[in-house]
Parts: sequence; structure tokens; C-alpha cells
Amino acid sequence: MIDSPWEYAPAPESREIANLKPSYRMFVDGKFVDGGGEPLKSINPATEEPLAEVSSASESDVDEAVRAARRAFDDTWSTMPGKERAKYLFRIARLIQERGRQLAVLESLDNGKPIKESRDADIPTAAAHFFHHAGWADKLGYAGYGPDPRPLGVAGQVIPWNFPLLMLAWKIAPALACGNTVVLKPAETTPLTALVFAEICQQAGLPPGVVNILPGAGDIGAALVAHPGVDKVAFTGSTEVGKQIQRSVAGSGKKLTLELGGKAANIVFDDAPLDQAVEGIVNGIFFNQGHVCCAGSRLLVQESIADELLEKLRVRVQTLRVGDPLDKNTDVGAINSAEQLAKITELAASGDAEGAQRWTSPCPLPEKGFFFSPTVFSDVQQSMRIAREEIFGPVLSVLTFRTPAEAIAKANNTPYGLSAGIWTEKGSRILWAAQRLRAGVVWANTFNRFDPTAPFGGYQESGFGREGGRAGLEAYLDV
Amino acid sequence: MSDNRTPERLAVAKTYKLYIGGSFPRSESGRVYPVHDRQGAFLANAAHASRKDVRDAVAAARKAFGGWSGATAYNRGQVLFRIAEVMEGRREQFAAEISAAEGLSRKQSRSTVDDAVDRMVWYAGWTDKISMVLGAANPVAGPYFSFSVPEPTGVVGVLAPPDSSLLGLISVVAPVITAGNTCVVVASADRPLPAVTFAEVLATSDVPDGVVNVLTGRAAELAPWLAAHADVNALDPTGAPEELRAELAKTAADTVKRVLPVRGEPDWTREPDLQRLRAFTEVKTVWHPVGT
Repeated sequence: MIDSPWEYAPAPESREIANLKPSYRMFVDGKFVDGGGEPLKSINPATEEPLAEVSSASESDVDEAVRAARRAFDDTWSTMPGKERAKYLFRIARLIQERGRQLAVLESLDNGKPIKESRDADIPTAAAHFFHHAGWADKLGYAGYGPDPRPLGVAGQVIPWNFPLLMLAWKIAPALACGNTVVLKPAETTPLTALVFAEICQQAGLPPGVVNILPGAGDIGAALVAHPGVDKVAFTGSTEVGKQIQRSVAGSGKKLTLELGGKAANIVFDDAPLDQAVEGIVNGIFFNQGHVCCAGSRLLVQESIADELLEKLRVRVQTLRVGDPLDKNTDVGAINSAEQLAKITELAASGDAEGAQRWTSPCPLPEKGFFFSPTVFSDVQQSMRIAREEIFGPVLSVLTFRTPAEAIAKANNTPYGLSAGIWTEKGSRILWAAQRLRAGVVWANTFNRFDPTAPFGGYQESGFGREGGRAGLEAYLDV
Repeated sequence: MSDNRTPERLAVAKTYKLYIGGSFPRSESGRVYPVHDRQGAFLANAAHASRKDVRDAVAAARKAFGGWSGATAYNRGQVLFRIAEVMEGRREQFAAEISAAEGLSRKQSRSTVDDAVDRMVWYAGWTDKISMVLGAANPVAGPYFSFSVPEPTGVVGVLAPPDSSLLGLISVVAPVITAGNTCVVVASADRPLPAVTFAEVLATSDVPDGVVNVLTGRAAELAPWLAAHADVNALDPTGAPEELRAELAKTAADTVKRVLPVRGEPDWTREPDLQRLRAFTEVKTVWHPVGT
């Protein structure tokens, strides 16, 4: 830590609020049931202590859940008037808001993310997604896909561990609004909020089978997307797994959307307001420990201001408090798993080996748990692994450029294309750069903004399809 | 004086070639294949494109992408309309080729040409409306201006339908370039001549070189290279043999290509919808803070 007169007393959120149970069961056809798979042990990544035991699905459970979803689709959900579906979704949105504090604490326990982020970003945005899509359920004829667009059927959905409840909301809200039923597999390491969401479905009186939650590992995800009873597959996760899913779905006639990895360029021009840019850079790469597919992991700085900006950046990054996710003062929480920590460590080591300059924040780290100090690599070349591969951790790679055209060329020099950032005071340059960046989301003088009305999704190997807004409905309609 | 066995005038037979980057080269492979009419009579030899021709065509399409996607919608609309104008002038030539290829009466063929020209006009009018219809100003909950606009996906590999040699070809190419993409088109293998004539139309229609590249040859042979090519962003497998489509979709997964879902050959006489425009379009969302 830098010498600071400001000493923060710990301000921990109470873990009692999470109502943590010793065991959780999977949710099929409106009931909590024991799965046929080997139970999962969900651990707290900040302490490495077990949190709860979670029953996991076997392949026959996948079959059971898909059948339940099919029955619910045929018998109730697809035939129900949109205005009735809407009211269920509004109920769910309100129930998430009512139980927001419980969900936030549980999310931070299970995922390791700081409570201020789960409390202020994840959970409210999840509720907002249900609220927004509720209003679509009875207005689909106005969405631009013809007067009477039809649902697809049963959606098989697989989501990652970085935003467990938020990704669930991104997947389930539009699916239900459009009249589909769902079988969702949460990530192996973060299943807990999804199972509390199942309780919320019960509280909302949602008809049995409309939502089914199957905890499990990758094999259950693979079985789900390959199941012949599934009409639509939606996946958020790594590009590597996305490619496997695209292969497995090929030729089946299932509709597919993929939200995959990224290696976003965050471009700072010489006229940018530097203090503001520094905040945006920090938010871009250290938000959620960098476990963000659209993280601004490649900083492109105009050469003339690079030294000044890097100096400011290091000073700012030193003030980030790494530690207990439940402490309200924590900025950077725990890495989600030992496996992920090993991956980050390995990629960072490749940066050293390939000749980049590593700078690590001198912040103290907790003794237990999975933590990684905020790290900034400078003198990074485009060919280095840390400039090409998604690290998915609090590691920033800094490159420089001289002209705007060079900035665009370097930014687009990647097979990914999920997001990008632009920092400049010049409006015409923002619009010029935004047009040329091959990325699905472009943040100008801001970063990491999300809203259910704003479509999100990638170009190229960052996947296809959009989530949010009118464009996002296409994924769940037969158009 | 005239000899009855000699025609009054011997027709000038045409050598059919590929269309790549605005030029009409022979296939790099030197191969050709014979094209016959519906009765089995020899019409011409068509160029039998190779893997290398596919790569050259993709390179040409990529080179053209920046200019075409960056052109104003108004300009692209004018160019598309110009294609329709030049097609109209070649009505009789197209009709004769369609009659030979598809066995239609001259009257039916003319009607098909008319439909193809009208379709190009329909798409010409779409260039400056896609953003309005597929884009939005997003009412986000915060002090930000957020808007979404559709943008072209990039280079599209198009396997033109096997049966409808002109109307089908126009129906798959027009939406791709209307949205601002560039493309590599593999023409119907058995009925390629209207496609080559269409290439001549493109060459004289103010369409920038490389925006549309037309290959003649075998879809089954060329499609896997298009599906695997890392610089092809999307694939329309309409003209691929049914049994090959799943294989192409698998290959396309290596580069997360967009693959248009198709079954059989669509009815091209039906009024088109936006599906093909949407399929080769990416929605880009831009955010900026609002404040003083």
C-alpha cells in the first residue's frame, strides 16, 4: 500500500443475510429434486472453505428436464396470452429486488466478487432485465419480426461463472418473454444464486417446467446442447467451448447464439481527460477481477502521453483494495477458482518470458483464498500472448500508437470483437473511431456499461447474436 | 451463290471466365467444364474454379470491404439501382440464357428476368433504411446516450442456389451487398451462364472491384474452403448439397462464422423479407456519457 492517512476500518456485510443452506438441490418441473450426478461442493474462493453441497445432474436428468420443459411449452407457456406471461416476469423482477440483499451476499460468497459490485451492479441489473423483458411479452408484434412472431420451443442455456445471476437473467428473461421454456445449466463453481432463483420462480407461481435449473459440469452442458428435444441453444463462455458447441449443433436445425471471449482495446488519445480515462481504464480491467468477457484488457495509448498516463495509472491502481469480497470497502475480490488463478498466473508468466515489463500493485493480499494482485504490463508487442489471448483476470497489457489510423489497426488486430473503448475530447474522432472498430459494443469516455435496452454481443470470434433490446429478441423467436 | 450447308453467319462463341476483383480471369487451375442446355446440347465451357481461385476471390472481397462498407447508404443504393438498370438492358440475353439453362419458355424467362430486376430495385431501396429499421436509440437507465446501428458482417461466402440461375442468384447476392458486405459467390454449377453475364453487368454498373466476385465450378468442391477460410465472416450455404451443409456448418465453427440456416431451396418468387439482411448484419452499440 502507498502511505496513506486514510485507514479503512473493515466494513463487512453479514454473511447471515445469504441464508446459506448446507445443501441445494436441482430444480426440475417445478420441484427441487436430487440429481443423479456426483454432488458438487461449492467453495468460497476468498477462504477456500466449502459453502454448500449441490446436487448435480446426470444425463437422464437432462432428459427429464427437457421433457418437463417441452410439456410446459406445449401445455401452458406458449399458449398463454402475452399479457399473462408479462405478469409472471414482472413478479420475478420484483422478487429479485425484494431479495436483492440476500442474492448479493450469496453471489459474493459463491463467486468471490466484491459486495459493492454484486449489490450495485449484478443484482439490480438482473432485476432490470426481467422488468424490461416483461414488457415485451405482450408487445412482440411490435418488435419488427412480423405481426405474430412465434417462440422456438425449449431453450437449452449454458452460462459462465463470472456473473452467475446476471447471465441467468440475460438468458431466461428474453426466453420466457418470447414464450419459450428453458433448461439452464449454471457454472460448476457458481450454482447457488441460480437455485435461489428457482425458489423465486416457485414464489412467483411460475407453472412447473417453464424454468428448470440443472447444476453440473461441462459434460452436462454438452449433453444439454446436444439433446434432440432442445430447439434453441444459448451459450455464454469461452470461445474454445463456443466453437465446440457450434460444431455439436451444426446441421441440427437448432437456433444458436454465442457470447464468447474478448480482448478489448481501450484506446486513449492524446487529448483525453487523463484522470477520467484512468478511472475508465481501472473500471475496464479491474471490475469483477477482470473476469469480464468485454474487459478492456488491451490499453492502447497515444505515444506522446504514454508515460504520463502510466504514471497516473500506477498511482491509482495502488489504491485498489484487494481482499474480503464481503467487505464493502473491497475493490477487487477473489479469483473464482484455483484453476482460473493458475491460468492467470501462467499467462502473466508468458508476459515476462516474452519481454514485457510487469508492474504489480504493492497491495497486501489475504493469506488464504485465490487472489491475484492488479498487474499492468507495459512494452507489450502485438505478437505477445498477453496481447492476443484472453487472460480473464486483473492483468492489463499496455501498447502504444502514434496515429489514429494505427490505433484502429491495432485495435482490430484480433480474432475477437466484443467491445472497445475510446477516450478523447474530440466528438468527431469518437464517432470516426466507433465506426471503424470491429466490436459489438463501443464505450466512449466510459466503460463497462450495461442495460437491458442496449443490445450486447460480439463480432467475429466473440460470437454471434445479441442480448438486450429489440435485437436480442431475435434469438428467441422463430424468424 | 450461297452454300446451303454454311450458315449465313457463324456466331461468335464466348469463352466464359471467372470474375475476381473486377477482372475476368480464367481459373488458375486451367480447368473448364462443359455446360449443356436442358436438352443436353453443348452451350459453352465454363471455368472450373479451384481452391486458389477461392483464396484470390476472398482476398479481393476483403480488399473491397473497407470502401464498400464505408460508402454512404445513399451511394450504395444508387449503385444497386444502377445494377438493375444495366440488367434491364440485357433482358434478352438473360432470357435466352435462362431458357437454355432452365428449359423455360422465352415468355417465362423474360418474366423471371423482370422479377430479378425488380428484386434488385427492391434491395436498392433498402440500403438507407436498414439502420432505421434495425437500429435504435437505447433508453438506458443512466446519464448516457446509447445507440445501436446495424453494420455489415464482412466478407460473405455465398453458394448460389442450384436451380434458379438468375432470380435465385440475385436473391442471395443482393441482400449481402445491400447490407454493405462484400462477397464471393459460387454460381450454380449446372446453370452458370446467367451468373457470368451478371458479372459482366456488375463490371459495368459502378460496383467497385471486388465487392462481388463470381466463381463458376462445383459448390461441393469450393464450399469447404469458403467455410474454413479465416477471412470469411459468414456463409450462405443455400447452394450447397443438402448432405454437405452440416459438414460446412461444423467447419465454419472453427472461426465462429455466421451460417445462414437454410433448408432445401427457397421459393424465390415469394416477396423477400428481412431475414437475409439481418443475417449478414452485426448490431453495434455505442455509449457516451451525457453531462455538461
